[in-house]
Amino acid sequence: MPHDHHEHDHDHPHSLLPPEPALRVKALETLLTQKGLIDPGALDAIIDTYENKIGPKNGAHVVAKAWSDPAFKTALLADATSVVSDLGYYGRQGEHIEVVENTPETHNMVVCTLCSCYPWPLLGIPPGWYKSDAYRARAVREPRKVLADFGVHLPDETAVRVWDSTAEMRYLVLPMAPEGAAGMSVEHLMTLVTRDSMVGTGLAVQP
Amino acid sequence: MTRVHDMGGRFGDGPVVPEPETPVFHADWHKRALAVTLAVGGLGQWNLDMSRHSREQLLPQDYTRFSYYEKWMSALADMLVKHGVVSRDELAGGQISPSDLAERALQAGAVPAALAKGGPADRPSSMSPNFAVGSMVRTLKPASNRLMDGGHTRLPAYAAGAVGRVVLYHGTHILPDANAHGFGEAPEPLYAVAFAASELWAAPEHPRDEVVLDAWQSYLEAV
Repeated sequence: MPHDHHEHDHDHPHSLLPPEPALRVKALETLLTQKGLIDPGALDAIIDTYENKIGPKNGAHVVAKAWSDPAFKTALLADATSVVSDLGYYGRQGEHIEVVENTPETHNMVVCTLCSCYPWPLLGIPPGWYKSDAYRARAVREPRKVLADFGVHLPDETAVRVWDSTAEMRYLVLPMAPEGAAGMSVEHLMTLVTRDSMVGTGLAVQP
Repeated sequence: MTRVHDMGGRFGDGPVVPEPETPVFHADWHKRALAVTLAVGGLGQWNLDMSRHSREQLLPQDYTRFSYYEKWMSALADMLVKHGVVSRDELAGGQISPSDLAERALQAGAVPAALAKGGPADRPSSMSPNFAVGSMVRTLKPASNRLMDGGHTRLPAYAAGAVGRVVLYHGTHILPDANAHGFGEAPEPLYAVAFAASELWAAPEHPRDEVVLDAWQSYLEAV
């Protein structure tokens, strides 16, 4: 075992940058641009992707299809990565997807206690609360109190299963379909699927 | 044995504050921080596990007081120097030298393909799975990197030495404990393991609640 390998645990060159965060980013961006290591146009394209193109609508499409097509749902639960890839939802931070289904017996909820792992191609960039210390610390130990912070109260017959995303597997919750979902179009159903319902901190909207 | 980022189960944090689905970013510099990090990652000078470990290596007081993207920026600056991409002098505002990595810079036109391509973590492995779905397993205790003291690991401290049940087999994946330190990808079987809340917490909220986490084979022993 390579125990003789040393890392400089206390070397923190970031302290050479301006302390104010916006200036810190600007200084780094300017330096890297002047060295030719970043193309400012590439930064704009990355921002446009996650601000306007990839977001919870993708996940809502997957959920709405699963609600309305039993064969699709079976395939999704068996091999989510290939099923969502076929819909075009593959990419960075979504290379290995598992879909976990909520039922009256089990409510699933997703967290990343060690950092902020999240299924980007299906849900976009995680919200602030998902990345917060409070969520990371509390979701595994007291999920029901955390759900109460979101206004969600589960009946006693429902067990909570919290998925801590400790590997490159990314979890998407398939919420229970609301009453009256049968016969609705995929487009209509999509409007009932919230981001939080696919992380497990919310429920589908009742039409 | 663990670092400040390993906060699962910690007491003392306040309420979780929900927020609407938009805006995605709450400040212009947040967007720039995300984009700079992804673009520079494309130079291929480090892997994602190194990048995560760099954030975890921030001083505990910095990790705690920095906002999310401040952690990203600070860890990125540290990695740029560690891997020789920029110098301390350049970071401090000194004379800027050209970089021979410039020809690898991510160009605007290549962004959609780069983001869509992703970076799968599954790899063929010579290690065969020791456990099947339904097997009972115990996690290592303490939850530490066994290849490098204080190194990156994905076994949270709250789950150290706990007995659980394998619920999914994910195939063989890169071992972050090795990959974060340049020891190679060392792929191993990866499992989802479910633990009763009562196995992890002194006061579980409900007798049937569970926590599931993904664990590599070397984190586990048969029970």
